Amino acid sequence: MAEIKIQEVAKQFGKTHALHSVDLRIEDKEFLVLLGASGCGKTTLLRIVAGLETATTGEVWIGDRRVDHLAPKDRGIAMVFQNYAVFPHMTVFENIAFGLRMKKVHNAEIDKRVKRTAELMHIENLLARYSGQLSGGQRQRVAVARALATEPDVILMDEPLSNLDALLRMEMRTELKSILAQSQTTTIYVTHDQVEAMSMADRIAIMHQGHIVQATSPVEVYRNPATRFVGSFIGNPPMNFLPAKNLGNGVFEVGGTRFKGPDVNVDSLEFAIRPEDIVVGQGEMQGRIRVVEPLGSHIQASCEVNGTLFRVVVDSNSVIKTGDMLALEPTADRIRWFDADGKLVPV
Amino acid sequence: MHNRALPYLLLLPATVFLVAFFLYPFVMVAYQAFTTDEGILTTQYFTKMTSHWKFKPALNYTLLLAFTVVPIQIALALYMATLVSNMKRGRDLILYVWTIPLGISDLAAGLIWLAIFDQTGFLNSILVGMGLQEQPSLFLGYQNKGTIFLAVVLAEVWRATAIVLVILVAGIGLIPKEYYEAAQVFGAGGWQRFTKVTLPLLKPSLQTALILRVILAFEVFAVVVALGGTNLPVLMGEVYQRQFVLQDNHVAAAFALLILFISIAFTLLIMWVLRTPREARL
Amino acid sequence: MSTASTSVIGQSRVAKWAVTASVVFLCLWVLVPIYLLVANTFSSPAEVNGFPKRFWPSFDTESIEFFLNFHGVGSALWNSLLVASLTMILSISVGAPAGYALSRFEFRGKGTFRVLVLMTRAFPLPLLALPMAVMFIKVGLDDTVLGLAIVHTTLALPFAVLITYSLFSGIPVELEEAAWTLGCSRFQAFIKVIFPLVLPGIAASAIFAFVVSWNEVFAAAVLTIEHRTLPAFLLQSLDDAPLHLKFAGGAVLVIPALVFIFMVRKYLFAMWGIANR
Ligand SMILES: Nc1ncnc2c1ncn2[C@@H]1O[C@H](COP(=O)(O)OP(=O)(O)OP(=O)(O)O)[C@@H](O)[C@H]1O
Ligand SMILES: [Mg+2]
Repeated sequence: MAEIKIQEVAKQFGKTHALHSVDLRIEDKEFLVLLGASGCGKTTLLRIVAGLETATTGEVWIGDRRVDHLAPKDRGIAMVFQNYAVFPHMTVFENIAFGLRMKKVHNAEIDKRVKRTAELMHIENLLARYSGQLSGGQRQRVAVARALATEPDVILMDEPLSNLDALLRMEMRTELKSILAQSQTTTIYVTHDQVEAMSMADRIAIMHQGHIVQATSPVEVYRNPATRFVGSFIGNPPMNFLPAKNLGNGVFEVGGTRFKGPDVNVDSLEFAIRPEDIVVGQGEMQGRIRVVEPLGSHIQASCEVNGTLFRVVVDSNSVIKTGDMLALEPTADRIRWFDADGKLVPV
Repeated sequence: MHNRALPYLLLLPATVFLVAFFLYPFVMVAYQAFTTDEGILTTQYFTKMTSHWKFKPALNYTLLLAFTVVPIQIALALYMATLVSNMKRGRDLILYVWTIPLGISDLAAGLIWLAIFDQTGFLNSILVGMGLQEQPSLFLGYQNKGTIFLAVVLAEVWRATAIVLVILVAGIGLIPKEYYEAAQVFGAGGWQRFTKVTLPLLKPSLQTALILRVILAFEVFAVVVALGGTNLPVLMGEVYQRQFVLQDNHVAAAFALLILFISIAFTLLIMWVLRTPREARL
Repeated sequence: MSTASTSVIGQSRVAKWAVTASVVFLCLWVLVPIYLLVANTFSSPAEVNGFPKRFWPSFDTESIEFFLNFHGVGSALWNSLLVASLTMILSISVGAPAGYALSRFEFRGKGTFRVLVLMTRAFPLPLLALPMAVMFIKVGLDDTVLGLAIVHTTLALPFAVLITYSLFSGIPVELEEAAWTLGCSRFQAFIKVIFPLVLPGIAASAIFAFVVSWNEVFAAAVLTIEHRTLPAFLLQSLDDAPLHLKFAGGAVLVIPALVFIFMVRKYLFAMWGIANR
């Protein structure tokens, strides 16, 4: 049993508020991804769970133990660092065995477990090498193997793939996902790569300026972003936003067109739609094409609707060019509405 | 993992050490220089110091030595550093040879140059051997203060240019090669690159080297004694005479305070003249 | 205009020749005086005091034997070794923790401590021998090996702090943190991970401290009478000692220092590069 409870954790570095009262619960065996822009506090939160940083206020629980006053070694965690931190003066074998030796596991058992973990990570032929003789990808595998070998309750990973090239990153993403699924270890995984987050996570926790703004399944985050920020942060090309004027009775005027929206008592809201949720070539809304970007599988077109940039995705066979007018029809059940504070307004 | 007391605990030994054996003693020197054994405040030791006939020459020779030796060392080290930084092969070997004097004490350097300048030394052997001179001359006799001075300058340049070289080479190593390439692309020649890129970016290193060397130059002692005995008076030699030979602690302290004063004054001066605004650093 | 060469000096034949000549000349400038001292040392006393001098040694060991058997030399050598070793141990054991603290922690007073360390540069440290002479008499450390080692440590400590600071800073914090998450206490992580990685650098700075002490003349001469170190012994016998004693003494002083500098040569530039800041 190793669920993690983070309760009202806040962290201040001098005058900087890195974390504002964060509450988060990670279920046993869950793979949670912490996603957010640079500087939003992901690493800080992870390090507080690891015990490498002390929270200014709040509590951290792992299993049924409160751990925020325990040293990292007593928390039952393992961590994979962004730069791997493979010990340069030890062989790969000794690196993987390090945690086991600290636990005073006897030699025969160490041998067995190191071999097993190395096979799992496909590095069994590298055991005699030093970190200086490894490639980035191999070093990354050693770091993961070292963390797995101790059979921790919780694995913490801070952007473990960010130092790899694009191709290797994709390969390792798939592999890591399957290995961690097999090991059934509770995992917190930090990244600022949304593709990585979407593809690996059981649940994504989106962080913004020291807050967790939404923590739910990848599909839910994508479909029903809790805030305008989440909507704009997730998805590529990003979500489109247009000002919407309330005409009363739940009817809004958006880009010269009327839409059915939530029946609320405010003058205006923000209308949001993802580019792929717009049907092109029909509907009343008109946009003038400003930029055409052929991307192979499809064409991305940036239109101007009432002076606001609006991205749409069109079929790669379409013949469109800059300056054309395009009719746009947002799919009704994919439209989302945000209020002045950027909160999702339910219909 | 963040024990608040730990850094202080780790710093404690060094701090205690420096306070007890560095700050406090310097306060004590000042105290010794200004008070009698009975604890009465006085300036008599300074009067005694300045009125001694050796005071003026000691002060003059010390300053003159510093102002002769240090500029030569800086110029020579800059030249050597430039040579080394353009070297493709054998750089490490050459650098090792040039930094050998780093391990040699001032006393040993004095003895080394004594072997050359002594009346029966190598210089006389050459001069007489080549027939340029009939008799070996007494370069280091008390009536030849000029040659003693020259010998001390040579010995000091020989010994202590290495430290300047090391600081400057380390400093040049910090300057990204791109700056030179950029300057070259814009048409700067070798000399221009040196004056427009190297020198300005090397200012912090030059500052360090200058401070270090000037302070050490004011402390010059063993070289002078090895080469000239007491024939060429210098301040540090006077401190030694007073403290050890004449057992006159108070006047020795007055001399020490004078050396301290000019050292700090020059440090501040160099820091000010060669200041680099924080924004303009590498 | 040629942009192929990055040479600052230029690329004409004459310029290249001038560069080579300068390099050779400067190497000779450094090496020849040392050679002459060594040549003198390995010549018989008669040759050393004779005239004109020969430029190659006769490989006579009489000078060096005379020196080593001279009254006081043995104990001076021994004292030099003791003081230098003590200085080495003291400055590393006091300096390295401070270097570690500076590299790993942010804390109030860090700036003040750095100023204290850097301030030692503006002070003519051998002068410390004067007040220390008084202080040591009070506490019974006068004319002792330990007393002199303390003064030499004051000389070497700022370097030890700055050098170890740069050594520790060169080791990624993550290595240490990884060890913590893998079950190490702070102390265990230091011993198992940091220490093996900094050991060569620590050794180099220890050697550096040794050389500082081995070479120091002024404080040694002021603070010791019975327990003179080799430089102090040589300084005090300059007036009356025969030439061959002086030169042999000089050579004995120089040779260990040369070996040491050779051993730490890899670190010299890194050390000074950082000590610059
Ligand atoms: N040791 C520290 N001292 C002072 N401020 C810090 C420290 N560590 C982090 N911060 C600040 O706290 C905030 C959060 O930093 P954190 O490293 O957690 O961001 P991050 O989300 O991991 O970003 P990135 O994606 O760039 O790694 C930032 O504003 C950062 O400047
Ligand atoms: Mg981070």
